[in-house]
Amino acid sequence: MLKIKNLHASIDDKAILKGINLEVKPGEVHAIMGPNGSGKSTLASVIAGKDEFEVTKGSILFENEDIQELDPEERAHKGIFLSFQYPIEIPGVTVTNFIKTAINETRKAQGLEEMPANEMLKKIREKSDFLEINRKFLSRSLNEGFSGGEKKRNEIFQMAMLEPKLAILDETDSGLDIDALRVVANGVNKLKSKDNAVIVITHYQRLLEYIVPDFVHVLHNGKIVKSGTKELAHELESKGYDWIKEEVTA
Amino acid sequence: MELKEKLVASFMAFEDQVDVDAPVHDIRTEAIKKFEVEGFPTKKLEAWKYTSLNPVLKFDYSVFPKTEPKLQYGDIKQYFLHDIDTYKIVFVDGKYSSYLSQTTHDGIDVCLMSSALTKPKYRIIIENYFNKAAKNEGLSALNTAFSYEGAYIHIPKNKLVDKPIQILHLATGTETGLMLQPRNLIIVDENSHLEVIERHQSLTENPVLTNSVTEIFANKRAIVDYYKVQNDRQSASLIDNTYISQKRESHVSVHTFAFGGKLTRNNLNFYQNGERINSTLKGVTIIGDKQHVDHNTLVHHQQPNCESHQDYKSIVGDSATGVFNGKIIVDKIAQKTNAFQANNNLIVSDKATMNTKPQLEIFADDVKCSHGCTIGQLDESAMFYLRSRGIPEKEARALLMFAFSNDILSSVKIPEVKQRITKLIAEKLNVKLGFDL
Repeated sequence: MLKIKNLHASIDDKAILKGINLEVKPGEVHAIMGPNGSGKSTLASVIAGKDEFEVTKGSILFENEDIQELDPEERAHKGIFLSFQYPIEIPGVTVTNFIKTAINETRKAQGLEEMPANEMLKKIREKSDFLEINRKFLSRSLNEGFSGGEKKRNEIFQMAMLEPKLAILDETDSGLDIDALRVVANGVNKLKSKDNAVIVITHYQRLLEYIVPDFVHVLHNGKIVKSGTKELAHELESKGYDWIKEEVTA
Repeated sequence: MELKEKLVASFMAFEDQVDVDAPVHDIRTEAIKKFEVEGFPTKKLEAWKYTSLNPVLKFDYSVFPKTEPKLQYGDIKQYFLHDIDTYKIVFVDGKYSSYLSQTTHDGIDVCLMSSALTKPKYRIIIENYFNKAAKNEGLSALNTAFSYEGAYIHIPKNKLVDKPIQILHLATGTETGLMLQPRNLIIVDENSHLEVIERHQSLTENPVLTNSVTEIFANKRAIVDYYKVQNDRQSASLIDNTYISQKRESHVSVHTFAFGGKLTRNNLNFYQNGERINSTLKGVTIIGDKQHVDHNTLVHHQQPNCESHQDYKSIVGDSATGVFNGKIIVDKIAQKTNAFQANNNLIVSDKATMNTKPQLEIFADDVKCSHGCTIGQLDESAMFYLRSRGIPEKEARALLMFAFSNDILSSVKIPEVKQRITKLIAEKLNVKLGFDL
């Protein structure tokens, strides 16, 4: 599904990613861990198409198509979804209107008719109930005045509505208490199928108790320096990141 | 002949049409003298620093249109709010159109300035109110000199006016150029409540210049909600001089929706003459091409324990220019004043210009005054957020601009006005979104 080869990216001529290789197949869950500043969020943004970052070398293939020249919305239309670490507040646009617009623009790009209003409403109800989101919340302005946990839950709600092929969760666990974490993780797990894939970006192993990864990668200084299974996450949790750094420099 | 000379010269012709023995005529005579001395304001004046009238003064305007055009309701229906019942006062090329209007004398007076200025039964009111709030200076003086026609509204005490009043000034294409000077007088007595929607609309590509004066008197505990819809053709220009005099515990709000016209200047003046007064000034400006919109506001706090709230937002594109000049004066006696002013602007093109200038003159020491202004571009991180959800760049941009401007509408009390303006904003911004506006 996603093939990243020797990816280099920089911002304002400062290299952040320095040769990333990663392959994600349908049905898989990958965790990307690493210390602050290792390039985790940059990787997520580059896959989603944020033009602040310049890809200087390497390639990103999504379903065997090079997506580097695609706008963020075109990548979304192909089924890539990024759950933001810091969701943006948009006063004046309600959650419902936002998600309706996003869904219908995506359908338009895919050559489909707009989703009928009753179907949309049914879907909104179903997904919000499942994520234990209060209906009142849906008529509020997008992320405006939301608590950290509400923002993250809202991200997962959008993901549930958009049903992406590849979901990238950037630090979705930060700012969540344990109950919210469980709800969010349940949401992600429920959406998992053999046809879609999830990349979980996290600093801590905590979220991986609930969303169990097939593979764990450690990012350090713009490179994946170690890959393994979920046991690697436990090891990182108990030992911290220093041993990885030492291993790399050794 | 320059426009100033032409106007001064035509004052004699004007005197042939009006009763020169009426007391009002002394006011007109004073005013034309003042205009003769001052002339049109130039950029040398501080209050006109960012707005030059030269581009609109160069045309040869007819000041007394001769023909009486016939308009059908169907031709102009779109300029009315027509899905609710309203009173209507309609002028075509400065002349009252009884055919298009719906006025009343049933308990309230919703009628014409020309009657009010001439009929004996209005004499006392005219003596007490006419030109009492307007300043005898510059363009207001010019309007006063030629004051004859416009809307006259008097709501006696304890009346809740059952439907809004629409004042519509239309200009047709029968003259090569047309200058209009409507004069409106609105008096709302104790405990009464009035809603007004005012609109100036040109129906021609010929140049039209309107220099309007509106005086509003809100007496004790009166509530007045006034909506100015400025969505005119780019051949038309408007100088709107509005003076609001408030008595104690009155609430007056003015919303100005400035979307159209070649040049628009709004001189909006609030005078608080009593305690516990509330004044609200809100504006949405969305302009492009070479349009120019200048909001010049004044709130004069002259008594203690009053409030004023100002919130103006602009989206300026293409080669358009926006101006906001907001002056707040708090007199020494006006303790415990709460005065707020916000002016936020989005510049959406490299050639667009926005000038914003807050002016606070505070002479009292126990007051809360705040002001803030911003000029910026659309937030790139918000754009990325929307686009990453599949909303294309153009739609994302439009959606963000729509959200930015639309929150001013929260204080609009007539749902149909809110809907209409929301639709206009969406049209202006070319928002075609997958949800009902």
